[in-house]
Amino acid sequence: MTDVNTLLAEIQSHFPAGIETAQIALDELTLTIQPEKLLDVCSKLRDEPLFDFKLLVDVCGVDYLHYGQDDWQTNTTTVTGFSRGVLSQPEQESPARPNRFAVVYHLLSLSQNHRIRLRVNIPDEKALIVDSVMDIWPAANWYEREVFDLFGILFKGHPDLRRLLTDYGFIGHPFRKDFPLIGKVEARYDAALKCVVYEPVSIEARVLEPKVIRRDNRYVSESVDKT
Amino acid sequence: MKDNPPEIRNYVFNFGPQHPAAHGVLRLILEVDGETIVRADPHVGLLHRATEKLAESKPFNHTIGYMDRLDYVSMMCNEHGYVLAIEKLLGITPPVRAQYIRVMFDEITRILNHLLWLAAHSLDNGGMAVFLYCFREREDLLDCYEAVSGARMHATYYRPGGVYRDLPDTMPQYQPSKWQNAKEIAALNENRQGSLLDFIWDFTNRFPGCVDEYEALLTNNRIWKQRTVNIGIISPERAIALGFTGPMLRGSGVAWDLRKKQPYEVYDQLDFDIPVGTVGDCYDRYLVRVNEMRQSNRIIRQCVEWLRKNPGPVMIDDYKIAMPPREEMKISMEAMIHHFKNMTEGYIVPEGEAYAAIEHPKGEFGVYLVSDGANKPYRLKVRAAGFPHLAGLNELIRGHMIADVVSTLSSLDIVFGEIDR
Repeated sequence: MTDVNTLLAEIQSHFPAGIETAQIALDELTLTIQPEKLLDVCSKLRDEPLFDFKLLVDVCGVDYLHYGQDDWQTNTTTVTGFSRGVLSQPEQESPARPNRFAVVYHLLSLSQNHRIRLRVNIPDEKALIVDSVMDIWPAANWYEREVFDLFGILFKGHPDLRRLLTDYGFIGHPFRKDFPLIGKVEARYDAALKCVVYEPVSIEARVLEPKVIRRDNRYVSESVDKT
Repeated sequence: MKDNPPEIRNYVFNFGPQHPAAHGVLRLILEVDGETIVRADPHVGLLHRATEKLAESKPFNHTIGYMDRLDYVSMMCNEHGYVLAIEKLLGITPPVRAQYIRVMFDEITRILNHLLWLAAHSLDNGGMAVFLYCFREREDLLDCYEAVSGARMHATYYRPGGVYRDLPDTMPQYQPSKWQNAKEIAALNENRQGSLLDFIWDFTNRFPGCVDEYEALLTNNRIWKQRTVNIGIISPERAIALGFTGPMLRGSGVAWDLRKKQPYEVYDQLDFDIPVGTVGDCYDRYLVRVNEMRQSNRIIRQCVEWLRKNPGPVMIDDYKIAMPPREEMKISMEAMIHHFKNMTEGYIVPEGEAYAAIEHPKGEFGVYLVSDGANKPYRLKVRAAGFPHLAGLNELIRGHMIADVVSTLSSLDIVFGEIDR
């Protein structure tokens, strides 16, 4: 496999514009691409023999609404101690990141034997639209349909952007963080109407295991310790 | 009326979702012109369970069992991809013995998967006998699953940091019943007298002969070749563009296998070959998979030999992640606290993102994991190997006859657990 540092140096010399940040973590190279430059960068990554990313491995949507928010603050104890259960917290209105949604692409080159991850942050939450890469990699067809279905992100230029995984007539985008895990409607057979009816869910959403972010010394870096 | 020829329209009909050859719940909408397929539009999602969203609400280890249920004919390989992604984020490496056990069970899983595929593929093309032969061998391999994990299918055996427990020294035995007397039971238990490794070794001695049996029935069978040769051809360039991996790509002649090209665990120390096809039709994909079973058999034998010689730990001893031994919990306060924290809260995975891929029997199985430093994944994305294959079905069968839809579809090796997730 090509060393990621070499790959990063080559990419930086080939792309003067379009790349917001490039970082290497865990031996994986991640490029954050400006949304308007996505198609340029992608077609170059595919066609340049040095990169030769001919295979689109995956397209994935990410919703950063609750990023870094835990259910259970364990830093301070109240006089009554910890409660035994955790209530679902109301939506917190301060997203940890400026861009709520991102689309992540994983690419693979068979000839050069290297991988890369591209990330496109969607700046405007009211216009969730990204250019479709289907003309560059036909494999993007179903991946983009899936992201549209689950996150409601639109892909400009996709010829057939239908829902893929959810039911016919489904309302909402279930993988968004503000969509409840138990869903919004439940179906039952109504004997009087003699048909299946949809009603709001009757069960209460519970937190079974609280999400905990430990800020103990194993995970806090030394610089934070000193402050 | 003489000047107006009758209007001929394409006919659109449903294939599935309840069809024995749809390999699960596939609703395939076919548009045909006479007997020729003009367009195929697969409707998937009938088995969608939102596994990835469920994972966001549970500590990391609780999701391992859900991974088994993705591609429910290659259970441990799914676990492997997920566990590798967690290990990458945690920055831990399992002990070498655990790596060998994982590789051995990955290959057992590959044989399990290919056997079920071969059984279903031959049945779809009209051959009943191979189905019965394949299930005879699957039975032994599922016994290996059961011996090591207690479950025949959904094992939940791999853990971040190793595997749940070491290989057992004894195999479970058949018990006499009113249907089988002691003599018959003794015959059934004959190869179960030793350890699990002895049982697997015995299997690998028999298995190449079994593959010969399948091949004797199919490889040069005229009907088999008529149904599969030059059906569903895909060129290597097109297969790459459509995101094909695994036997679908190797069938078209691209020698791409993550076990060789981007080796994980101990694959770089094992000796095996990558079978490739030439034409890229259903027949080539059949030959590739049959040969992969022989190669897997070779790998298993090497693993058994190594595992016999090298005892050792199968789990890391970092009790922040792994569970302390039961005996220690009885006497050590620390161990009991670790047990309590591990069971109630799980472990914290450092903030970051990782993508781990393995060579799954169906292709590249990847897990993209985003962690925000909590005890649950922030986002889990499973790159199912079969997903792009089914997406490319329209291209594979356009222009073929209706009967070829079944051959091509089953040559993709589709399992809806992983496509719908």
